[in-house]
Amino acid sequence: MSRADEAETVNVTVNGAEIEASPGELLIDACERAGAYIPRFCYHSRMKPVGMCRMCLVEVDTGRGAALQPSCMLPVSDGMTVETETDLTKKAQDGVLEFLLVNHPLDCPVCDKGGECPLQDQTVAFGPGESRFVEEKRHYEKPIAISDTVYLDRERCILCDRCTRFANDVAGDTLIHFMDRGNNTQVNTFPDEPFASYFSGNTVQICPVGALTAKPYRFKARPWDLEETISTAWTDSVGSRITVQSSRNEVLRLLGVDADSVNWGWLSDKERFAFEALNSEDRLGRPLVRDDDHQLVATGWGDALDRAVAALQGAAPERIAMIGGARLTNESQYAWAKLAKGVLRTDNVDSQLGDGLPVEAVLGLPRATIDDACRPGGTIILMGPDPKEELGALYLRLRHAVLEDGATLIEITPRAGGLTGLASHSLHPRPGELPALTAALVAAVNGEAVDTAGVGGGVIAAAAAALDGPVTVVLGRASLAETGESVADAAVNLSRLDDVSFLSALRRGNIHGALDAGLSPGLLPGRTTLSAGSERVGEVWPGLPESDGLDTAGILAASAEGDIDVLIVLGADPINDFVDHAAAVAGLEAAGTVIAVDLVRNDSIEAAAHIVFAAAGPTESSGTFTNLEGRVSVCEQKVTPPGTARPDWMLATELAHRLGADLGLDSPESIRAELVSVSPVHHNLIEEALAVGRIDGVLVEGNGDIAAPVSTTADVPSNDAYSLRLVSTRSMYDDGVALRHSASSRGLARGLDVRLSPTEFDKLGVKPGTIVKVESSCGQLLAPAFADSSLPAGSAHVPWSAAGSPAGSLIDAGAPFIDVRVERA
Amino acid sequence: MSFFDTANLATAHEIISRYPKPKSATIPLLHLAQQQHGWVSDDAMREIAQLTGTTPAEVKGTGSFYEMFKFHPVGKYMVNVCTNLSCQILGGEELLAHAEETLGVKAGGTTADGMFTLEDVECIAACTEAPCLQVNYRYKLRVGNDDFDQMIDDIRNGRADDLPEHGTLALVRQAIPAGTGAGITAPENAREAPVWMARNDVAEGSDDKDGGA
Repeated sequence: MSRADEAETVNVTVNGAEIEASPGELLIDACERAGAYIPRFCYHSRMKPVGMCRMCLVEVDTGRGAALQPSCMLPVSDGMTVETETDLTKKAQDGVLEFLLVNHPLDCPVCDKGGECPLQDQTVAFGPGESRFVEEKRHYEKPIAISDTVYLDRERCILCDRCTRFANDVAGDTLIHFMDRGNNTQVNTFPDEPFASYFSGNTVQICPVGALTAKPYRFKARPWDLEETISTAWTDSVGSRITVQSSRNEVLRLLGVDADSVNWGWLSDKERFAFEALNSEDRLGRPLVRDDDHQLVATGWGDALDRAVAALQGAAPERIAMIGGARLTNESQYAWAKLAKGVLRTDNVDSQLGDGLPVEAVLGLPRATIDDACRPGGTIILMGPDPKEELGALYLRLRHAVLEDGATLIEITPRAGGLTGLASHSLHPRPGELPALTAALVAAVNGEAVDTAGVGGGVIAAAAAALDGPVTVVLGRASLAETGESVADAAVNLSRLDDVSFLSALRRGNIHGALDAGLSPGLLPGRTTLSAGSERVGEVWPGLPESDGLDTAGILAASAEGDIDVLIVLGADPINDFVDHAAAVAGLEAAGTVIAVDLVRNDSIEAAAHIVFAAAGPTESSGTFTNLEGRVSVCEQKVTPPGTARPDWMLATELAHRLGADLGLDSPESIRAELVSVSPVHHNLIEEALAVGRIDGVLVEGNGDIAAPVSTTADVPSNDAYSLRLVSTRSMYDDGVALRHSASSRGLARGLDVRLSPTEFDKLGVKPGTIVKVESSCGQLLAPAFADSSLPAGSAHVPWSAAGSPAGSLIDAGAPFIDVRVERA
Repeated sequence: MSFFDTANLATAHEIISRYPKPKSATIPLLHLAQQQHGWVSDDAMREIAQLTGTTPAEVKGTGSFYEMFKFHPVGKYMVNVCTNLSCQILGGEELLAHAEETLGVKAGGTTADGMFTLEDVECIAACTEAPCLQVNYRYKLRVGNDDFDQMIDDIRNGRADDLPEHGTLALVRQAIPAGTGAGITAPENAREAPVWMARNDVAEGSDDKDGGA
């Protein structure tokens, strides 16, 4: 080791100018910072270098005389002299390009990459003017579909190893690989095993040639026809930063933006491709009302608004309710909160559909950012959903933290998931017994560990011993067959650990924005409660609810009893999305008037809506988005909404106006300004900060007035010998409205099955795949049965996300656990 | 429903136990699969992936780099005729043409009875004995047309005991009793220098400025 390696900076001379670089930094990065861009194909700043393409050869002198070296494989060292533009360097780059082009077809005019192709651009900039190659080029079958969304044209491939490195190193789905060798080397999948990765779209984005193309964008546009703006992905709560690209007023493609604190440029395929739903033929372009024949028919805005106002005017505040809102921007959420709580004065407002957590667990515990969770040397406790299935970009960050940065992962989940292979300890407690297990884990840190919730004392002791450095709990609702209260109790237990903070893993789009806007019973905007914030908010709002209202389960139950006159469904589909299917149907059908605000017709609208307002989608209106860290980032309008659809906030102000109240909100900016004025936690959310944080957003920190949750649940009795305790988890591709209307993702929803722990499966005495009957006290379903060794004894798993969410028929909202019987059909 | 038979499955587990990481056993297991089946089938690769904790794509990607792994059915006897320079001068190409005629298949083809696969190969490092060929990687030197026909006739009539079937790489399998291997500590977990490093005094702390070179 030389002394320079220990120094804080090293000095490197780049093209005659001396620059400072940090030890270990790669030469290619140091040169780029110094303004000397070195061409490259295989090097990608978010992946380990491999030196495959040789395009980044530059002349480097470390005291032994100048020689050509690949700058992506060379860490800087003190006194290094680099020449990036000498004749020798240029000749080398020219030669490399000539070799890369040997087998590259000249089909640029029909290639999707044409116009934004690094190979094309760099050939022009650094390459030979013409080809000397007269021989026959390599031929392969033109594009082969390596997955449902990605096509591979092997003739165009220059073997840079970017996609294969991404699949193996970043995503952990090694489903594509170099096959064969020499002139026959090609990227390919194993026969009959497609590149079915949730992250496959990233390979298309990082491909430096047109070898990988995405089905939704193929032959849609040329790069010079595209207009773009920065925005935030809306399908989950990670808030991945994206570029929205459109042509002729139609969104055609989303690309990941490298936000250092969020998604590092990566997106899950759901974030990337679900925009198709916005362009679907089923988009609502006009308001609908139900006519005398119970059909939904298009009408004008005046008529629809008048009917809504008539229904609202006749209703007492406690007989009005509003569910949903996580789809909306922060500004729209604030406007609707002000309408519901300030004008209509009802507190029956809930943006969580019974699948979330008590707000105290989300907002009232010490909060962590993604970067906090991924700290080198820290410990991550995953007590929530499988991030691979529900929060794709977060999964990639956590995976990197464990694999590359030495973070320790402890998993407290109902069953094995995407990160299990990386977890140093996997604890799978019996459903409903999270609080007991976490109490045992905390007790084991300084004492004895005993067998708890089906997990051995030894396992608990080992996990407790592994707790090291700052602890971040990724907290969410793993199983929909357990209550959020049980998870909150477990979180209270874990909050007794040293140096612990919590990263919310509520999954639903802008749910954290909704909570910050007060779209939850008992909350007001700015992380405050009805009692604590009434003075501050009351100064600006026309009124306030008199008392705490109902949550979604309560609203649906009250509605089924005939106690709700007007139910506003704000961008939600309770019939497919609320945990208790029967309760959702009963609640919607019994409500006096159901007003839905949405982008497309969903099952709840078809079944129960009387008035439907057509809303503008995420790329069709401007605003901001709050991610699971509390980070606020902008979503900019790129295209106009279909027909006469309007931004959600505008609908709220219009309704308020017709109800005789002035919300005083006339633009997203004015709404943000009012939010900042009533919410001390949002004090840094000023326009200047948003401009500076155009990529990384603005972090809204603090718990506000929200106190930590207090333990509520009682001990959970064990199940009897005949029944199994239900686990129900979501997966990336569900049967949700967005995916149903996305052409390329529609077929990806997983099938229904039931998985049992091996002992239970053996007891059943059937072959894997045999159809069995699963029955709970609420309902039943038929599904093929399989064994799953990661499930704790005495439990059964039914996926929530199969078509039609059939698990909803088994679940009773609010029950701390669901017991089911599994029998031969 | 496993690909490996009981004995080979036990061997596979024994091979995997030699390495700190199961993935390291990929190539030996591909050999084992080829020995059992004559070629490496998709089923074999799926099972190897399962045994080594990798994916079938990774196994195929690794294996397909190597010419001697065959991923499609081949004959019991793989006949590789050299047509590189020395052999070419002394009649290698004529020998190959004769072989094609005798066997009734072109180079790269397999006879209808599944006995022979004929291949045209690059130098097999027996230039002093040209023209030469290999049958299942066993040398046949200074092969004339008549020698070739005789050899094929012998094989067809069971007079070729010295030639194992394709895929068999060694008649004696290396056996390393458990616990006597070189040590299965993964490199990142190693706390002391490997034996060879210590022996050559190049381990950390050594002042040998020439590095023993």
